[in-house]
Amino acid sequence: MKKLNYPFSPEAVRELKVGDMVLITGKLFTGRDAVHKYLHEGNKSPVNLKNQIIYHCGPVTMKDKKTGKWTVTAAGPTTSIREEPYQWEVIRDHGIVGVIGKGGMGQKTLDACKEYGCVYFHAVGGAAQVLAEKIKSVDGLYLEEFGLPEAIWELTVEDFPVVVTMDAHGNSLHKEVEASSKEILKSVL
Amino acid sequence: MAKKVKSTKVKAKSAPKKTVKKIPVKKLDTRKQTIESLLELIRITSTVIPDDVAKVLMKARTQEEQNTTASYAMNIIKDNMDLAKFKSQPLCQDTGTVIFFVYHPPGFFQNEFKELIKKAVVQATQKGYLRQNSVNSLTGENAGTNLGEGHPSIHFYETNKKEVEVKLVLKGGGCENVSAQYSLPDTTLGAGRDLEGVRKVVIDAVYKAQGKGCGPGALGVCVGGDRADSAYAAKKQLLRKLDDKNSIPELAKLENEIVETCNKLGIGPMGFGGKTTLISCKMTHSNRVPASFFVSISYMCWAFRRQGIVMDSKKNTIKKWLY
Repeated sequence: MKKLNYPFSPEAVRELKVGDMVLITGKLFTGRDAVHKYLHEGNKSPVNLKNQIIYHCGPVTMKDKKTGKWTVTAAGPTTSIREEPYQWEVIRDHGIVGVIGKGGMGQKTLDACKEYGCVYFHAVGGAAQVLAEKIKSVDGLYLEEFGLPEAIWELTVEDFPVVVTMDAHGNSLHKEVEASSKEILKSVL
Repeated sequence: MAKKVKSTKVKAKSAPKKTVKKIPVKKLDTRKQTIESLLELIRITSTVIPDDVAKVLMKARTQEEQNTTASYAMNIIKDNMDLAKFKSQPLCQDTGTVIFFVYHPPGFFQNEFKELIKKAVVQATQKGYLRQNSVNSLTGENAGTNLGEGHPSIHFYETNKKEVEVKLVLKGGGCENVSAQYSLPDTTLGAGRDLEGVRKVVIDAVYKAQGKGCGPGALGVCVGGDRADSAYAAKKQLLRKLDDKNSIPELAKLENEIVETCNKLGIGPMGFGGKTTLISCKMTHSNRVPASFFVSISYMCWAFRRQGIVMDSKKNTIKKWLY
């Protein structure tokens, strides 16, 4: 089990390799379809994402009526491949060093990871409670107009469990598994 | 086979008792109780994996090699099941399309029940059992209530039972996106218009899904039907308990064969590679016109959220849990 602690950097993530099980401690920013489209269209990010990690997640959030404070009650990853058209550009233009999601991403993102120093972390899909438990505080809410699941949530996490499935050296576990399962598929069809 | 209730042959011998409830106060109470029962159904469906599914998942967990990413994923899945139940919070943040199947006696007021379901859905959303998950497809607007055109999805079936049964499936978007429909013959797969062809396209769908549907997955499959009915019938197969047996021998055999073969693909939990790619496959069939031969596959994620209740015919309290 490896650890990745805040502040993050391209150098630190370059040390990670496909198959590494990693516990992340520090800041995460959620961002999914609406946010990626928004950034891809050239709009300015409401937060500086340089050296930050983006989490493909639309959390279940509750606001305390008295204090106005937000808590995240469920926060698993959403399918990442939908951001494939946008992700590489967001990595390039905003300097993010990590993407957390599920299901993996394609060649464009893999190339951007290599070129700019970024890693794709796979969180366990559907594990919304285990992952929400690792969120220690909700520090900000941006682009709320996209709807709560689609907004950017600034979160502080501790020992957030992920697996590196695409590293900054051009390796992708998703490519490997797809290729090996394709061979087996041929033999059973 | 599936607990399919045919909606034909209504016998009018037992007059519906519903007409008795004309005193406004009493009617209000049972309505309130119905909403409470439905709310509880939503809570349990969203937060607790049904026993039949949990059993298969836990077995799969022990089968993965230790210290692999696959076993790591299965351990997190187990922890998540425990935690969601304990905290009474959603297993997965994508609380999915909310799909109700209501089995009711003759003389039942469907429109009124629909309104009660909607009230329960709004309350469940306020309480965080459901995420604000319903978006207007034209404007992108999220009303934050989980109500809107087509939402929640509600299906009624008339039965000859006295009691009302309500089943609920929460179908997440990730697994819905990898669900598929094939038209046979499929020349690229060499899949003809027979059960062997069906086998091929189902396995292909599982291959194509890789880890994107949050495997290990469970399939509902319909052989035949038109495009719409076929897709719906496939989804309805998810209502079957995982340990039941198909009453049609050919399909029973094919179900087992598909699970075995898919588990040889090595896709594994989350697509990390591993032994369990599929935990179940349930199949049904529907007649088709000679020109068409559709095979529909509904892929369900490991967070298989399905539950059901039998309601007391007088009080509308929960009398029995179905899974």
